[in-house]
Amino acid sequence: MIRLGVPSKGRLMELTFDWFAARGVTLSRSGSDRDYGGRVEGIDGLQLVLLSAGEIPRELAVGRIELGVTGQDLVRERLVGWRSDLAEIAPLGFGHADLILAVPECWRDCETLDDFASIARDFRAAHGFRLRIATKYHRLVRAWLAEAEVADYQLVDSQGATEGTVANQTAEAIADITSSGETLRANALKIIEHDNPILRSQAVLFANRAAMGAELDRVLTHLGLAAR
Amino acid sequence: MIAKRDKQAVGHRLLAAFREAGAVEVAPDILLPAETLLDLYGEDIRARAYVTSDPIRGEVMLRPDFTVPVVQMHMDGGAEPARYCYLGEIFRKQDTGETRPDHQRDNEYLQAGFELFSREPGADAEVFALFHRLLAPYGLRAVMGDMALMLDAVAGLPLPAPRRDALIHHVWRPRRFARLLERFSSPTAQRDFPSASGSWAGLRGEDEMEARIARIAADAGTPPLDPVWTTRLQRLFALNGPADEALRNLQALQGELPAIAPAVARIEARLSAIAARGIEPASVHFDASHGRTTMEYYDGFTFTFVARDHAGWPPVASGGRYDALTAVLGKGQRIPAVGGIVRPGLLAELEGV
Repeated sequence: MIRLGVPSKGRLMELTFDWFAARGVTLSRSGSDRDYGGRVEGIDGLQLVLLSAGEIPRELAVGRIELGVTGQDLVRERLVGWRSDLAEIAPLGFGHADLILAVPECWRDCETLDDFASIARDFRAAHGFRLRIATKYHRLVRAWLAEAEVADYQLVDSQGATEGTVANQTAEAIADITSSGETLRANALKIIEHDNPILRSQAVLFANRAAMGAELDRVLTHLGLAAR
Repeated sequence: MIAKRDKQAVGHRLLAAFREAGAVEVAPDILLPAETLLDLYGEDIRARAYVTSDPIRGEVMLRPDFTVPVVQMHMDGGAEPARYCYLGEIFRKQDTGETRPDHQRDNEYLQAGFELFSREPGADAEVFALFHRLLAPYGLRAVMGDMALMLDAVAGLPLPAPRRDALIHHVWRPRRFARLLERFSSPTAQRDFPSASGSWAGLRGEDEMEARIARIAADAGTPPLDPVWTTRLQRLFALNGPADEALRNLQALQGELPAIAPAVARIEARLSAIAARGIEPASVHFDASHGRTTMEYYDGFTFTFVARDHAGWPPVASGGRYDALTAVLGKGQRIPAVGGIVRPGLLAELEGV
């Protein structure tokens, strides 16, 4: 039996169901909205497990599910050494989001990451502490800024309403996921342009590497995919 | 697999030798207040240290380093000259990025250290010779450098102060440093800034932004730095070889980079002092860029001892002079300090082979 983890609610669940339906596999929630059991039709040997999107990376890594749909951002942020445990089977073409660094729009002098590095240095000298970036993507942001050799900043944890931290003066900049940029504009923030965003993310069908084998191949072949 | 008690036994041997060299043993806490360390080292240390929280003390850190607590302890009432030694665990997370290596590095290991707070000119040589003597049986490769060479060379460039300060600030970040130097070596056009939009938000003040814009405007039109300086700096940064030969090359280079002359004189004195303690300078490798990629910590003499046949290992021992750190921690009070650590676990592994 191959267990497939799918986000248990919202658009991500619906789009995942659509993606599988287009490949002849009907996924559905059994019973009421409060029931997290799932039904699979059109293929044998596949079990649907509805989970919170944030739990799917960990469940895949420990092998409690063999397949799972989740965002690349969550896998890369939460699983150290993820490539050793997981394989990206197929990008699903939805759930697009960029992880970006944003600063107040009123910072006329901040257009590039080099500006940002210079401002961070000035800020630290003027205020006696490091410029704060609010984010929940600590590892990704830190690795990206280390690669660009930006110093003089600190990360502060923000698990929600991250765009509001600048106005509340609990951070000077933010690093968060954005798709349309609307929330950023509403909070008078602008994206710092660099060669690339910190991460371009979308929903991906992941497989646990340890589960690779004939049984998984059969499911993937049925979906018109090849195990990589 | 070497048993922990065997590693500890090696550590205790080092500790005994440090005590014999006149050091007082100290035992800093394992749980340290996080704030000082985070402010000093920033996200570099947060990525590598185990941070946890205490309901009363706030954020605390499992000791990622001995130097800071030892310096703080000395500042709280030590008399000079002072020699301290210690032995204990260090905790460092090993975030390996996207793939997991076959052999994980230890996230908990022993350090045995020796720190010397002294205004004596021979302090560097005393510490180096002590480590050299204790490590002699292991056939390690000794490497030394001096951060003052680079810092003084940059400080001596014919540049306006803001440019010079920016370069000095980023000496430890080689690519950013190279980009800045390249920018300063080309003509700068006046920069246009977009017009203001929306109202002011956030803690960074509008006056701070205006000050930076004014600085950038004043900077435009600064004549480009003659490319000959970049060539000279590159020659300095690339300079390495047996210490006696490196010293002669440095003395030749100081004709073109006069700002390094005092540092070169100190290196000469240091090598003589080391030779007087029975160590042949030719047997030590000198690397002018040594210490540049470590944490912003050492600002003078630096040294490491590296195992020859273990390319993946961190240095078995490392140390250096950190006067700037004591100035930061001492809130203006400056105490010259030099010291280093050995990793007894690695020595135990070398003994086990």
